[in-house]
Amino acid sequence: MTFVLYLINGVSLGSIYAIIALGYTMVYGIAKMLNFAHGDVIMVGAYVCFFAMSSFRLPPIIVVPLAAGVCAALGALIEAFAYRPLRQAGSLAVLITAIGVSYLLQNTALLLWKSNPRVFTSIVGTDVIKISGLPITYVTIITILTCVAIMAGLTIFTGKTKMGKAMRACAEDKNAASLMGINVNVTISLTFAIGSSLAAIAGALLCSAYPTLSPATGSMPGIKAFTAAVFGGIGSIPGAMLGGVLLGIIEIFAKAYISTQLSDAIVFAVLIIVLLVKPAGLLGKHAHEKV
Amino acid sequence: MKKLSRAAKTDIFTYLLATAGFLAAQCIQGAGLMSSSLKGQLVPICAYVVMAISLNLTVGILGELSLGHAGFMSIGSFSGVVAAVALEPVIPAPEIRLASAMVIGAVCAGGAGILIGVPVLRLRGDYLAIVTLAFGEIVLNLTNCLYVGTDSQGLHISMLTSAEALGLASDGRVIINGPVGASGITRLSSFTAGFILILITLFIVQNLVNSRTGRAILAVRDNRISAESVGISVTKHKMIAFVLSAVLAGAAGVLFALNMNTIVPTKFNFNTSILILVFVVLGGLGKIWGSIIAAAVLTVLPEALRGFSNYRMLAYAIVLILIMLLTNSPFIKSVLGRMRVPFNGRRNT
Repeated sequence: MTFVLYLINGVSLGSIYAIIALGYTMVYGIAKMLNFAHGDVIMVGAYVCFFAMSSFRLPPIIVVPLAAGVCAALGALIEAFAYRPLRQAGSLAVLITAIGVSYLLQNTALLLWKSNPRVFTSIVGTDVIKISGLPITYVTIITILTCVAIMAGLTIFTGKTKMGKAMRACAEDKNAASLMGINVNVTISLTFAIGSSLAAIAGALLCSAYPTLSPATGSMPGIKAFTAAVFGGIGSIPGAMLGGVLLGIIEIFAKAYISTQLSDAIVFAVLIIVLLVKPAGLLGKHAHEKV
Repeated sequence: MKKLSRAAKTDIFTYLLATAGFLAAQCIQGAGLMSSSLKGQLVPICAYVVMAISLNLTVGILGELSLGHAGFMSIGSFSGVVAAVALEPVIPAPEIRLASAMVIGAVCAGGAGILIGVPVLRLRGDYLAIVTLAFGEIVLNLTNCLYVGTDSQGLHISMLTSAEALGLASDGRVIINGPVGASGITRLSSFTAGFILILITLFIVQNLVNSRTGRAILAVRDNRISAESVGISVTKHKMIAFVLSAVLAGAAGVLFALNMNTIVPTKFNFNTSILILVFVVLGGLGKIWGSIIAAAVLTVLPEALRGFSNYRMLAYAIVLILIMLLTNSPFIKSVLGRMRVPFNGRRNT
């Protein structure tokens, strides 16, 4: 029975990673950049939730969309000011800029909200329900359901809607897309906005499950989710989902059955082994080089 | 006299730059004009310069992005600290002990480099970056639960438990205490030692780059497929550059650790790897002298910005973004390009 409980907890943690990893993978797919500031957008989203709930006493049903909106605007803003001027530059220049943005967000948060950790009140309460004898928190269920909903929504969005198709076209070839009348700038902005709003949702869920919030909250989940995105094959939306969930399960199992202290080392070791066997990730496409 | 090639001129300029920096720092220190906080930064600056040069070997010269360079520094640091303590009865002279600790730290880091180099060589681009990131995190996690102690019977090593589990005799002492790290380190490093390490690093890296092997590494970076097709072993040359980079980072780690009183594993986290990458990119990929300047300036900069107290890291972030935007913006580039044309013409290259 404990095995099933660990599995459910793993899927829940993995769902959070998956939601963050979706943001990484979408941005990577379209802008071909590793957005290191993504982890800090999670933190901003969680702080927005925290203040909306504690200072303005807003209900969670308003708080989470509000945080998602704020982070969407923030993501689009970061893209417009920091990344757009560098679109023709080398990937390392963009990477360093992303690191700069990450420092900027973290230190602004440090100045505005101080370094002392806040206790985050869960957006869905801390109630526990029993499902066939297993104690499961509401957060766990909500997290898994949200993740499934986001996954379904994104699949429909990228597959069926005009904007989603434009997004895929830009990911394939920006020049050809703009020749077909697609506004590349708007499409990339929208991708950043969607990715960042997903990060805000992930932030609310993450802090509901692990209720401490500080300016450094986002960095470790950010790195883990980035790993998850690569694990599943970066650029692939189902890959990010699969990678996130697997990473969560591996982490919880490593904590439960092997060692709490070594869980991170185990997670990353599994990642290296997977990349050895499948160098493009689980669902990634291996591009063959033409000479 | 034979006319020097451009590469040789750059090399000599780099040696002179390092020497001038060293002498200037010595003069300022001798005149008593250096603040105590800057004085404390001298050895870390040397360590960061060596780190930046070694990472430049991987990122700039080999052309592979590494996000876990601090992992090698960490391995070097902790093995160096253990070696320095363990060798204390055998080698009493501090200079020789420092040198032997550096060799041991460098060898340990190099071993890790070989270990991680084997998977790294199979991967390309961002996948390689993520493996090095994973490596850095694994090292951080492992050093966080590493306990090492010494007593009359020799070294005791234990994982996961606590310092008590080492089973030390009454005369024993704990060298590395898990997450608390190593404390009570005897200070062996000096600014002169750091300068000598920089010179050795420069000698190794610059001679490598100008050798047959170095040209092969550059060829692998510029076009892997054509390098392979003219008979250059891609794997071998990638491995040489990567492992050498790890070895130098290990030596820098020893220099860094033996300057501190205490050293904690979290010092060598992802942020440190990124910090060094920032030195390399801002200094210019493949430009060794650029790495030296960037590492020195950016280590001093947060100290110099101390007047802004809380705002200094914010200022650092903004400066970083602005530099990247300005150096890569098409407008600035076109202006610089116009300025460079007559200059290039005169140099007749």
